[in-house]
Amino acid sequence: MDNIAGKKSALTWAVNIAVLALVALWVFPTLGLLISSFRTGDQIASSGWWRSMLPTEQNLTLRTAAGDEAELLDGLYTVSGNLFAHEGREPLEISAFGTSSRAVGAYAPGETVDMGDGEIVTVESNGDYVYTSQEEMSGRGQRIFVTAEVAPEFTLENYENMLFNPNNIDGMAKAFFNTLTVSIPATIIPILVAAFAAYALAWMDFPGRALLIAAIVGLLVVPLQLALIPLLKLHNEIGIGKGYLGVWLAHTGFGLPLAIYILRNYMVGLPRDIIENAKVDGATDFQIFTKIILPLSFPALASFAIFQFLWTWNDLLVAIVFLIDSSGETTVMTKQIIELLGTRGGNWEILATAAFVSIAVPLVVFFAMQKYLVRGLLAGSVK
Amino acid sequence: MNPALQGLLTIVIGVGGCVAYFYFSNILLDKVLFPPRGNDAGRNINRANMIRPWLFLLPALLALGLYLAYPVFETLRLSLTERVRGGGYEFVGLANYEQMLREPKFWEGFRNNLLWLIVVPAASTAFGLLAAQLTDRIRWGAIAKSLIFMPMAISFVGAAVIFKLIYDTRPVGQEQIGILNAVWLGFDGGVGSFVWLRLVPSLLLLALAAGAAALGWSLMKPVLGREGRAPGLVFGALRVLGAVLMALVVYLMLRQIFDVFTTDFPYGQPQTWLTIPFWNNFFLMIVLIWIQTGFAMVLLSAALRGIPEETVEAAIVDGANPWQIFFKIKMPQIVGTIVVVWTTITIIVLKVFDIVFAMTNGQWETQVLANYMYDKLFRANDWGVGSAGAMVIMLMVTPILIWNVYNARKEMR
Repeated sequence: MDNIAGKKSALTWAVNIAVLALVALWVFPTLGLLISSFRTGDQIASSGWWRSMLPTEQNLTLRTAAGDEAELLDGLYTVSGNLFAHEGREPLEISAFGTSSRAVGAYAPGETVDMGDGEIVTVESNGDYVYTSQEEMSGRGQRIFVTAEVAPEFTLENYENMLFNPNNIDGMAKAFFNTLTVSIPATIIPILVAAFAAYALAWMDFPGRALLIAAIVGLLVVPLQLALIPLLKLHNEIGIGKGYLGVWLAHTGFGLPLAIYILRNYMVGLPRDIIENAKVDGATDFQIFTKIILPLSFPALASFAIFQFLWTWNDLLVAIVFLIDSSGETTVMTKQIIELLGTRGGNWEILATAAFVSIAVPLVVFFAMQKYLVRGLLAGSVK
Repeated sequence: MNPALQGLLTIVIGVGGCVAYFYFSNILLDKVLFPPRGNDAGRNINRANMIRPWLFLLPALLALGLYLAYPVFETLRLSLTERVRGGGYEFVGLANYEQMLREPKFWEGFRNNLLWLIVVPAASTAFGLLAAQLTDRIRWGAIAKSLIFMPMAISFVGAAVIFKLIYDTRPVGQEQIGILNAVWLGFDGGVGSFVWLRLVPSLLLLALAAGAAALGWSLMKPVLGREGRAPGLVFGALRVLGAVLMALVVYLMLRQIFDVFTTDFPYGQPQTWLTIPFWNNFFLMIVLIWIQTGFAMVLLSAALRGIPEETVEAAIVDGANPWQIFFKIKMPQIVGTIVVVWTTITIIVLKVFDIVFAMTNGQWETQVLANYMYDKLFRANDWGVGSAGAMVIMLMVTPILIWNVYNARKEMR
């Protein structure tokens, strides 16, 4: 637009860089969690995720061979071998080693260390070691702490553990299915109810129509916090209690204003001729609705469906109030993640994976149906 | 029964029931109650057409009434009562509200909500406008947009986890895995630290204070009789109230600027970001800003594209510079959309719960009203005060509700 007057924008590169910075700022947080979910707990704890593409210095705890393998050489009990071979690991380049957890990287490779009590140990940079003692050794091998460059490594273990391990009490499989069970009926049911109402509000003339539309615009912004206690009371009184039925009904009720608003706005814009022709040809309102309006309104229906799906999938408050009872059998993913934040606060491999399991489905829906989401946003915000 | 099966059954019953209800009720109306036959054919058709809209509306109206309208009044009633032992309720007048107003946690939540109300919509709209304006000029703008828009699909809880990793803290000497602490440890108290940690934040705060002051001044102008006609009593009172709130914000900001320059920063010390009073609110707000910017961008981008090109062309021909084009030509044409974005995000902010609940649960002075209310309702089991808290949220939403309804009615005429 700015090029109209023949003025070539010299700032294109600046714009590009600015957008790049903005995009990076917006993507990095998610990327960090995604990368973390593919790393082992040790890796996450030893280096920031942004270094995960490069080899990292890690502190490893290795052991010498057990004491009963010691041989008596020159009057000293001696064990020797390779630290990595004992553990069945790939050999690494050691940059420092230590014999106490308080001084992990105290010595350079090749140094001979007197540990006191007549014990002497030497570790070469390739992991070869010689450990001697004046007294007879027993039990497990001596602990050696080594610092080494570890190549970047990614694993699917976390996902396997969180999704497919039936013994994992922190697992997300059950919560995943519960979330699915909540969100699909809660997405489909309001659509139909809202579609009929929207048709009436768009194409039927009756006294009080304008008032009803205004009321729906008003209900759009009523905070659902107000509904918690009265509805919980109501559900308990009519015997639904806490459970799926209650949460479906609640989501249906809370989703209706937006559904009616989006659908009505769309239906009002449909061409009047088609509807009037159909009426002249003797079609009833019911036929017009099912045969003409509903198929034509598909984009608006899709828009609302995506909104409602994302909202019900991501919801926490409605689920903890109307669904999850003390048994925890019906927990949903958002609630499960909150629990994990409390009990597994430092275990990022668990948290990151759990969060990504719950984020993945909305992200797929988002990228697959972004067009409808944008359309819905444009139609759904009160102008 | 297996929940999945139950879900399937509910879909079938729900959808089937709806279709059956609409189908049979229409048949009942047309064939049985008012058949278009015999002597009264014409009158019957008219009657049927008078009733039909209500048939279409009935399920929706029932659900809306029961799940949204009724709770508003029930909550109002509950907020004026107290549960008595052995069931039943007792009318206590405004006692619950009095009790709530005496609690420091309520005022903390109220103060923080005000902060959220100013910072989050402003920042989201500003970033959204920036992103919309920039991405519309480049070739890969669509991709950039969809990446900035992406957090919209992420749950508040998921976002809380994402940002908890960013804010993560490990003891001195260990490798920092939270990126914020990793960056923080890069500061050493030199010139760079002064610029980034004292100058830039205080300038940002100053800008916020200036914005709040300007808003407060524009609210007060008609009241002081400097501009236009004087507003009525109600609107005048509202304006004064708004201006007082803005003055409070300005005062808070200025005090913080003073603090920014006088505090000694603990360089080299890893920080637990979410426990630093006052500032931790901003660390929580960032999460919501991150989510809502995409929304603002999408709406504003559509509005910017909707601007008739002739207006911009005319301005260029008249020799306007890009700043003038943006602020004098484009801004006035998208101001309606900005208001929409602002009010929508304001409502989301008023209801914000998940983020605070997941990240701090209102500890370290980060309480907000929605979480305060949840605490009262479900932890303290005090329905009276909890409902009073909910009514405060409702009260804060009401001006926007009235404004929306007013606009919608205006548009329909």
